Amino acid sequence: MSPHSREPAVLVEGLVKSYPGRGTVLDGLDLSVAAGTVHGLLGPNGAGKTTAVRILSTLLRFDAGRARVAGHDVARNPAGVRERIGVAGQYAAVDEILSGRQNLELFGRLHHLRLRHARRRAGELLERFDLVAAADRPVRHYSGGMRRRLDLAISLIRSPQVLFLDEPSTGLDPRSRNEVWEAVRELAGAGTTVLLTTQYLEEADRLCSRISLIDGGRLVAEGSPADLKSRVDGSLDDAFLLLTSAGAHDGRAA
Amino acid sequence: MSTPVSTQVIAGPATPAPLLGWAVADTWVVARRHLLRLVRRPDELLGTLLIPVMAVLMFGFVFGDALGSSMAAPGEEYREFLLPGVFTLTMAFGIGTTTIAVAGDVRGGVLDRMRSLPMSPVAFLAGRALADVITAVAELALLISLGLLFGWQWHSGLGAVLAAVCLLLGLRLAFSWIGIVLGLLVSSAEAAMKYFALAFPLAMVADTVVPTSLMPGWLSVPAAWNPLSATVIASRDLFGNPAGPATSWVADHALLMAVAWPVAIAAACLPLALGRLRRLAR
Ligand SMILES: Nc1ncnc2c1ncn2[C@@H]1O[C@H](COP(=O)(O)OP(=O)(O)OP(=O)(O)O)[C@@H](O)[C@H]1O
Ligand SMILES: [Mg+2]
Repeated sequence: MSPHSREPAVLVEGLVKSYPGRGTVLDGLDLSVAAGTVHGLLGPNGAGKTTAVRILSTLLRFDAGRARVAGHDVARNPAGVRERIGVAGQYAAVDEILSGRQNLELFGRLHHLRLRHARRRAGELLERFDLVAAADRPVRHYSGGMRRRLDLAISLIRSPQVLFLDEPSTGLDPRSRNEVWEAVRELAGAGTTVLLTTQYLEEADRLCSRISLIDGGRLVAEGSPADLKSRVDGSLDDAFLLLTSAGAHDGRAA
Repeated sequence: MSTPVSTQVIAGPATPAPLLGWAVADTWVVARRHLLRLVRRPDELLGTLLIPVMAVLMFGFVFGDALGSSMAAPGEEYREFLLPGVFTLTMAFGIGTTTIAVAGDVRGGVLDRMRSLPMSPVAFLAGRALADVITAVAELALLISLGLLFGWQWHSGLGAVLAAVCLLLGLRLAFSWIGIVLGLLVSSAEAAMKYFALAFPLAMVADTVVPTSLMPGWLSVPAAWNPLSATVIASRDLFGNPAGPATSWVADHALLMAVAWPVAIAAACLPLALGRLRRLAR
């Protein structure tokens, strides 16, 4: 076994981030995601979930602390991290004019797959995400659910070790949401580590083996869904409301 | 907690290939993406050509005789003068297409997705510029055919004509780089469209449709130093088309300046664009 085999897939210690002119957004965040698990990042709007995911996927620099993903330091070796991650952001990042197949081939090529390989991978993923019928239509004619599935498919092109999903089921109808959940479970079953943010507590409850609850850029609670529920002697909703200062944010909870 | 790390099957070999080799390969993949977009929407190209066609019709045929007589040139001769100007301003107007496309990629998250890949970030920029130049080849081919239809001609050898085309493409490349920087700066594609009107003085305050010698004195200086002027004067010369009297240093050194301007502009824009990309990570 390699010396890294016990290292968490994602390890964050004392992460600090402030945006120019905005002040501190992450205020010493700690996070540890065991390899091969589905981990939920929960917290009220503005808690810093997207910021954390963007830092871990090498899109954003940070001011202090340490972040390692798939055994590589995010700040010192972003290229090593990029080789091993998949990212699906809060909004689908696809080329609207190209077809689904063209999108998959484009990003496959940019992952440095050979043309033949990129084509084959595109075909596999279209099949897997039920997009074969729409494969050659421009993405701007896709429904929101199809677009999300394509976005997820693109993030899986290179079979990432760690997958970051920022609100993967926002705006999806129950059936599309189930499909995304199914895909996440399958990936985890095959050994992929998934870190996802969500506003749907039910989603976290069903999908995640562990949950990190963050608020104001800090970890406020961590544990399995059952742990968190027992801690407040109620539902995950109660945990969310009691453990975060949700009232200060307008009390929004899904 | 201590689930062992699974042995992931990474599709394909994770080649730590030579960086420059990948930068070139990635640039071509990005350029190909833009060309595929164009194939999916050919009306885009026709839309781009609407401005030059209208310019030929308006200036060449509606104002042509009036402009020609003030230049002591008959309408046909004015059209000989005009067409290289229209080629040139078409290259410059391409800046709008570039800005809007780049701003769309920044906004739509495609740039972020590319930044999370192991690809070269320079390829995002260079691929766009390459696609713009390839597109400009098609635009120029169509415009030159159209020009011939309108009675425009070149009076020089094929070598000179190709040289003129290269100067025009160089100008397009320069404006592509300006468009890339602007696209990274503006907040959205919609915002970019609002500023598009600014391209008109840029295109007209130059030797493009009216010779600088006919402009009021205060306008003739910026017109002469407009990068478009060097390109249009040099290409008129190479096509063997009539030109206005050379009244400035730039006009006397048009060929030199037609090469120097695009090189200088691209050299200035590349670090600006890279700096802007880095700032996105702040
Ligand atoms: N580019 C930016 N510049 C300045 N401030 C920003 C920027 N991006 C985010 N912020 C601020 O940082 C804070 C955290 O934002 P972030 O998007 O990480 O929160 P979030 O937990 O993902 O929220 P949501 O649930 O609404 O998606 C917010 O107050 C937001 O306004
Ligand atoms: Mg968010």
